[in-house]
Amino acid sequence: MPRAFSVVFGRTETALAAAILIAAVILSLSSPYFLTLPNFVNLIEAYSVTTVLAAGVFVVLVSGGIDISFAATASATQYLAAYLATSYGFPAVPALALAAALGVAMGSINALLTYYLRVVSIIVTIATSSIYYALLIYLTNATEIYNLPDWWSNRFAFVRYVTASDDVVKITLPIVVMVAAVVLTQYLMAHTRIGRQVYALGGNPEAASRIGINVLGVQLLAYGYLGFLAAVAGFIQAGRVHQAVPTAMAGQELNVLAVAILGGASLVGGIGSMGGVVLGVLFLAMLQNGLNLLGVSPYFFGVVIGLAILISISMTGYAEKHARRRHVARAS
Amino acid sequence: MRHVAPWTGGAGRGMTAQFDGLVAALRRGSVNVGGLLVLLAALVGLFSLLMPTTFPRVTTLQAMMFQVPELGLLSLAMAIPLISGGINLAIIATANSAGLLMAWILTAVMPPDAGGATLAFWMAGALAAGLLLCVIVGVMTGLLVAALGVHPILVTLGTMTLLHGFSIYFTRGRTLSGFPDALILVSNETVWGVPISFVIFTVVAVITHLLLTRTALGVRIHMIGSNLEATRFSGVDTRRVLVSVYVMSSLLCWLAAVVMMARFNSAGADIAQSYLLITILAAILGGVDPYGGFGRIVGLFVALWILQMIASGFNLMNISPHLALASWGFILLFVMAVKRFAGSLHFGSRTRRARADLDPNSGRSGGIGEANDRRTTRSGV
Repeated sequence: MPRAFSVVFGRTETALAAAILIAAVILSLSSPYFLTLPNFVNLIEAYSVTTVLAAGVFVVLVSGGIDISFAATASATQYLAAYLATSYGFPAVPALALAAALGVAMGSINALLTYYLRVVSIIVTIATSSIYYALLIYLTNATEIYNLPDWWSNRFAFVRYVTASDDVVKITLPIVVMVAAVVLTQYLMAHTRIGRQVYALGGNPEAASRIGINVLGVQLLAYGYLGFLAAVAGFIQAGRVHQAVPTAMAGQELNVLAVAILGGASLVGGIGSMGGVVLGVLFLAMLQNGLNLLGVSPYFFGVVIGLAILISISMTGYAEKHARRRHVARAS
Repeated sequence: MRHVAPWTGGAGRGMTAQFDGLVAALRRGSVNVGGLLVLLAALVGLFSLLMPTTFPRVTTLQAMMFQVPELGLLSLAMAIPLISGGINLAIIATANSAGLLMAWILTAVMPPDAGGATLAFWMAGALAAGLLLCVIVGVMTGLLVAALGVHPILVTLGTMTLLHGFSIYFTRGRTLSGFPDALILVSNETVWGVPISFVIFTVVAVITHLLLTRTALGVRIHMIGSNLEATRFSGVDTRRVLVSVYVMSSLLCWLAAVVMMARFNSAGADIAQSYLLITILAAILGGVDPYGGFGRIVGLFVALWILQMIASGFNLMNISPHLALASWGFILLFVMAVKRFAGSLHFGSRTRRARADLDPNSGRSGGIGEANDRRTTRSGV
């Protein structure tokens, strides 16, 4: 029995998929609105920013590091693009390209500090996060930018579809961008040499450097990629709320980290899949949506997430313990 | 040292020597505090030079003493798990939950016209309830960390979300305020010019220091921070030590909650959220090894004064508090760079430093001392 248990629950992805399936069945039986297309699309759009950020955090986690400065990066890049666009009339492409470049630069600073100071990345990024945020708020006087240009704040629909019940379903930019980010990350991590190197570095840094992997290069890629995706997330977040705020993402750090971990990325590094992270987001999104539809107080949501995290890590912890015991038994 | 020798048991001579070294380092206090004191003195000198009339005054010192205790108590709550090789991300959530429970008793349950003995009874009851809540939280966290073998970052991320969720659920995001004057005293009154809250903080810091350096439990906490598995195999009940670590951390959160309630005259689910990362910053600045196993309360104490000195100095010079926060980040990076390039990495043995050279950021960050163990397992299965 324990063996079967750990085979099924050993992979977080399997457990999550099962949990999602069970939740979906229960929710669709109890609320007729749950299994409708408009609800599903709204759900995805609401979690688009989180998913893009989680994709970037996932890459850094797999490389064996932790970055919590991405929220500051997202806010800073968002503000830079908004400032250039509103004060200097920059068109979309150069404004966003500069924002993306800033994101990559801010991420690379984390990689360089982590590599050269030989300090755990969580400490480095706590320091840089304080610096980024403080400088951003100081330089901007914490003023919001409301008058975003039309190309940014207009809710452009790639696909418009009217359902039989007269609900309008729009596939908007955040959804398209989110799908692109997920696909790109999946391709990078599962189908390229550099992706394998990220896994190798996270799995065993010493072995990775001895077989000739450029540790600094891989770290620059991982943190720079997160910086880039943070800029992307900042862009779609501002578009959704029609304003750029210096503290737009403050407090999101640990939430996004929790999502990535719920999806099976490990703090040890070297483990996790993009699919798992997507399932993690989907699970939380469904849980929140389902509780809403069932009329549970939105204030109760934090309790549910907390329980979900604790149950999830308990299951992985249990499975790992059993795997370890079997291994020890076999070795002796 | 003879009284601790027995539980090094049948370990080889090399290990005993290493252990003696650890105990000696704990007692001697040579660890790195000198550099921080120089930095502190330099800051005092700099600000006194820049503001000869406003900075070097008793009122400035007193103002700083009013501000240090909250962050100080929370940083102590963070430092103990860090030394044990873990972390407690739930400190703010724990403090706020306890604060809310105490606030609820004092504002909603206690009769509003209570005075004298009745008031004392209700206040004691409120404090005891908060204390009990923190003990329960600490025991649960410790048991989860010990039983699951999952990194405390994950466990406490869960407990943090859960506790914060409960606080939000019960308060609907509102704050509770209006406490008895007797409680407000804690943050307003002074004894011979020293704020009561600062006295509490100093006494607690001294007790924590003694507990970590002069008791068997303290040495065991350092040991599990160095190597959990080795500590378990040398006959220490590591589960009990882990539970003690998180109970101590939660108790310090309770004290922080009392001080914060008195200072803000309110309690809420989202108070002091920004302190969470700063407590880690303060602990690391104070020389606590992020890998666990090493760290001294004296260093943390000096680090807190460095941070407060910058905040107060900038404030007096009318420089934005945001720049003070930025310079805290710079100071941490600077201290890390000095440690790295001066070659005076006080923590860690030569071998660990050699490993860190190859293994820049993951080190032992995953799994309390079990990272390697787990990795081999995974590749084997």
